[in-house]
Amino acid sequence: MNKFLLSAVALAAMALSTAADAQQRTVRIASEGAFPPWNATDASGKIIGFEVDLANALCERMQVRCEIVAQAWDGIIPALQARRYDAIMAGMSITARRMEVINFSVPYGSSPARMAVQKQHRLANWATPGNVERVRMDALTPQMTTAFDELKKAISGLTIGVQTQTIQANFLEEHMRGVVRIRTYDTMENMVLDLNAGRVDAVFGSGANLKALADKGDNVAMFGPGFTGGTFGAGVGVGLRKDDADLKAMFDQAIGWANDTGVIRRLSMQWFGFDVSIN
Amino acid sequence: MDFALMWESLPKVLAGAGMTFQLTFAALALGFVLACLIASASLSKSKLISVPADTYVYLFRSTPLLVQIFLIYYGLGQFQDVRSSIFWPFLREPFACAVLALTLNTGAYTAEIIKGGIRSVPWGQVEAARACGMSGLLLYRRILFPIAFRQALPGYGNEIILMIKASSLASTITLLEITGIARVIIADTFRPVELFIVAGSIYLAINAVLSRGVRMLELHLSPQLKDTLDTEQQRQRTAVIAR
Repeated sequence: MNKFLLSAVALAAMALSTAADAQQRTVRIASEGAFPPWNATDASGKIIGFEVDLANALCERMQVRCEIVAQAWDGIIPALQARRYDAIMAGMSITARRMEVINFSVPYGSSPARMAVQKQHRLANWATPGNVERVRMDALTPQMTTAFDELKKAISGLTIGVQTQTIQANFLEEHMRGVVRIRTYDTMENMVLDLNAGRVDAVFGSGANLKALADKGDNVAMFGPGFTGGTFGAGVGVGLRKDDADLKAMFDQAIGWANDTGVIRRLSMQWFGFDVSIN
Repeated sequence: MDFALMWESLPKVLAGAGMTFQLTFAALALGFVLACLIASASLSKSKLISVPADTYVYLFRSTPLLVQIFLIYYGLGQFQDVRSSIFWPFLREPFACAVLALTLNTGAYTAEIIKGGIRSVPWGQVEAARACGMSGLLLYRRILFPIAFRQALPGYGNEIILMIKASSLASTITLLEITGIARVIIADTFRPVELFIVAGSIYLAINAVLSRGVRMLELHLSPQLKDTLDTEQQRQRTAVIAR
């Protein structure tokens, strides 16, 4: 009798768990795999990085099954709209422009935009006037304005590489058109290849990303202040379809949890070597 | 479908046609000269001359153009020796790299087309020319090339169209031709379908005009084709009337 009861309980538990499995929603998350350390592709072709680890943590919290899919950057928003996946975690900053077509979760990280040159370039040791470290485009102080103007003078006439469809590209278009020659690249990697080949004098990109490339041994030296705010938006968030309100609520809640419990800070220290979390 | 956006971006994308033409025709012109040299080398009786020519054709016909463009543009730039050589001012420019890649590619295909044309010249005509005392360049200029060119024209027309389309790959190395500009606007609007329809239509229009031009040249060089065409139409017309 006892045995019978036990097996009945086991059976019921099995039935329950399979039912729960069946109910568990699969969330397909797209990433680029070419934007280290946010996301990168390892030798076996698997996508790894801060965002993959974070996505797994968030999905566990949301009690959904996560599936990471690779998607080239220049089609990443249209393919979300075409329902090829449900979310984007690809170092994508929340901006007003993107908010016109898709929705975002609350931000989970942020990294200021930086200029970089080859180490032997004259600008590699350029001293920012007033030692301004951060230029906040939405809260400019006179010192920040001076530093920004001096930077413009220093790079005037140079050819600057930037990845297409990025906040950095938008920023150059808005503030540097006519000051520098802008050349756009499909990936960060090709852009850095051309910096090292000397086809562009400098590049402009996410500071965390440039640091990762420098750490990896690429000939990249950052200079000048870091830029945030304004065109740069509110930080990096999960890109979602506008009609997916419940998924947004789930991500918002899970990101809040990851922030409060230090999960984001821990993963950030592991992948970036510094804290990109928003607090 | 956002028709307003398509209409709005048409002139912007169309502005890239200039770059598309520059790339295509620079490559076709240089590639044709190269192809003539390669074709004659390949037809040479000396293995020392024909084997390198055939190897070149084999290499460039058997690898994707995209790979060739990447290797020439990103690949060569990685070597310090290349960067400090006299070729660097030239190889530094994406336009020059794209023209180089397209030239080498079309050169290989065109060499095969020319070879086919030359081989199709009836041997009797060459013998007749020789009997008249023509030899060497005169034989080539008067007999071989005119006939070979006529034979090769349909194939070469095809190659022109392929090159117009192949030039779109130059957008992968930062050049703003038709596809490049379409991509920039997509970056701004997140509307790939609309923009690629616009870009595709422009290629369609260009190639419609070009293929018609080649067809006219064909009829001009081989008027007998026109005659057969006309009698065919005539016959159909009479057939309709007779019915």
